[in-house]
Amino acid sequence: MNQSNTNAVHARLQVTRPEFSLDVDLQLPGRGISALFGVSGSGKSSCLRAMAGLDQVAKGYLNVNGEIWRDDSRGVNVPTHRRALGYVFQEANLFAHLDVRRNLDYGQRRVPRTDRKVSLEHAIELLGIASLLPRRPETLSGGERQRVAIARALATSPRLLLMDEPLAALDYQRKAEILPYLRRLHDELDIPIIYVSHSAEEVAQLADHLVVLEKGRVVVSGPLTETLARLDLPMHLGEDTGVVLEGRVAERDAEWGLARVALPAGDLWVRDSGEALGLQVRVRILARDISLSLAAHSDSSILNILPAMVEQIVGEAHPAQVLVRLNTGGVPLVARVTRRSVATLRLQPGLKVWAQIKAVALVG
Amino acid sequence: MESILSPSDLGAITLTQKLASVTTLLLLLIGTPIAWWLARTTSLWRGPVSALVALPLVLPPTVLGFYLLVSLGPNGPLGQLTQALGLGLLPFTFAGLVVGSVLYSMPFVIQPLQNAFSVIGEGPLEAAATLRASPLDRFFTVVLPLARPGFLTAIILGFAHTVGEFGVVLMIGGNIPDETRVISVQIYDHVEALEYTQAHWLSAGMLLFSFLVLLLLYSFNPAKPPR
Repeated sequence: MNQSNTNAVHARLQVTRPEFSLDVDLQLPGRGISALFGVSGSGKSSCLRAMAGLDQVAKGYLNVNGEIWRDDSRGVNVPTHRRALGYVFQEANLFAHLDVRRNLDYGQRRVPRTDRKVSLEHAIELLGIASLLPRRPETLSGGERQRVAIARALATSPRLLLMDEPLAALDYQRKAEILPYLRRLHDELDIPIIYVSHSAEEVAQLADHLVVLEKGRVVVSGPLTETLARLDLPMHLGEDTGVVLEGRVAERDAEWGLARVALPAGDLWVRDSGEALGLQVRVRILARDISLSLAAHSDSSILNILPAMVEQIVGEAHPAQVLVRLNTGGVPLVARVTRRSVATLRLQPGLKVWAQIKAVALVG
Repeated sequence: MESILSPSDLGAITLTQKLASVTTLLLLLIGTPIAWWLARTTSLWRGPVSALVALPLVLPPTVLGFYLLVSLGPNGPLGQLTQALGLGLLPFTFAGLVVGSVLYSMPFVIQPLQNAFSVIGEGPLEAAATLRASPLDRFFTVVLPLARPGFLTAIILGFAHTVGEFGVVLMIGGNIPDETRVISVQIYDHVEALEYTQAHWLSAGMLLFSFLVLLLLYSFNPAKPPR
């Protein structure tokens, strides 16, 4: 095996079909969650299927942490069943003729003993499915099925985990039931996870790296926080435009039911939902929830007001609106304001303003 | 008092069972790959092959029997082949009857299998591939178990339909005791000889058998309640 690029996923893939073409060249981190984001038809699922070898790839190169699965220049095209990957489909695709335990066994039995790094017990524990083992797939709820499918994939000790909208077929409650497990995977697994989604909310909660696809091409690819703060993205995100910031829970105020999240730039007060002190958390601030003022108001109901500097102002699809990128102590924020406000406040790059943040969501 | 079934009746029953068993077994071996191919191919040959397989459903058995007789005969291409291979001539032998039955009952085995394979879809197969199962492994550990109801239907229909054949047998097998004289031919003989009592016993037996077979079939495949 080639040992170059031993800590990254490099995928160069071309898929040509009569009505669609995919042409991507991706460099993704060798661990953590990379989200492939885009509307349906943008090619994100095709990209994932091409990585797994499930679909014909016209031209390709795929290197997963040093392991070459596809390299046209050397005539390498490893068939799906010889790629050490785990794949979680939108529909769980459990085997209807086997109970949960034997579904879990199916993949692991086919992996040589020396390659088994994730024990069945660990996979079962990670996804919390111990009580489901004797059940048949048709008796499980959608959320339970998906958890079994994830555990089944993990039990093969994959070197790359591919997840194709694993939550898309589930209702809101089931999603909420699975997300904590996905975050655990993120924290505990030392492998790259590629996660396809069309939900900005899921991406904000889970991803470390963001790839936005459109019509089979990569629009942008980069670390999540940085990428979300780019002003050339909004056309793709619309109402979901906003940033995700990481900080620590620094204080919990029982009297008001609030928690203070310390960011490099300052503090944000959020609704206390029971996170432990010192815990690393993510907060999401949507562009539409930030308004700007030239002076700090203390007579406002808004809790979170941060000093910031205007960095860039870019017009939006609707002529009335603009997006303003702010720098608050090195951390980027994006605010959506009207063009009239830009004129009345004389907003321009370099101006010091106060960012009034109407809503902050703790996303994990 | 005479026994109800004469020795030649019993011979016909034994022969029929043997023919139906051999035919069904061969059809499972030949039909499974054909059905698998039909269920999954996007080739242009899919239409013509499907039509060929379904032909016995609409063709008068005598037509099938006639062409088999001609082509397996001493001057037919297949007849010359079997002779060259040292197998002799197949018409009016048990082997010839098996060849005719296999063709005649083919759609009854292939169509249920093809249906069962189509219903499985790509999902479980792709999942198995990502779980390290090779193509052959996937076929035996995923396709076969999931297609079990289809195999049961195919076996039952293939067997029962072979038991019920008459036209092809008459054309290619003739009427040789313990070699080609199956139940349906035996009944025909009884009626021609005006032995209505014997004809009744065998006919009633066939009727009951057919009904029980279909009953079995429909209890194995109950209408699925909507999920």
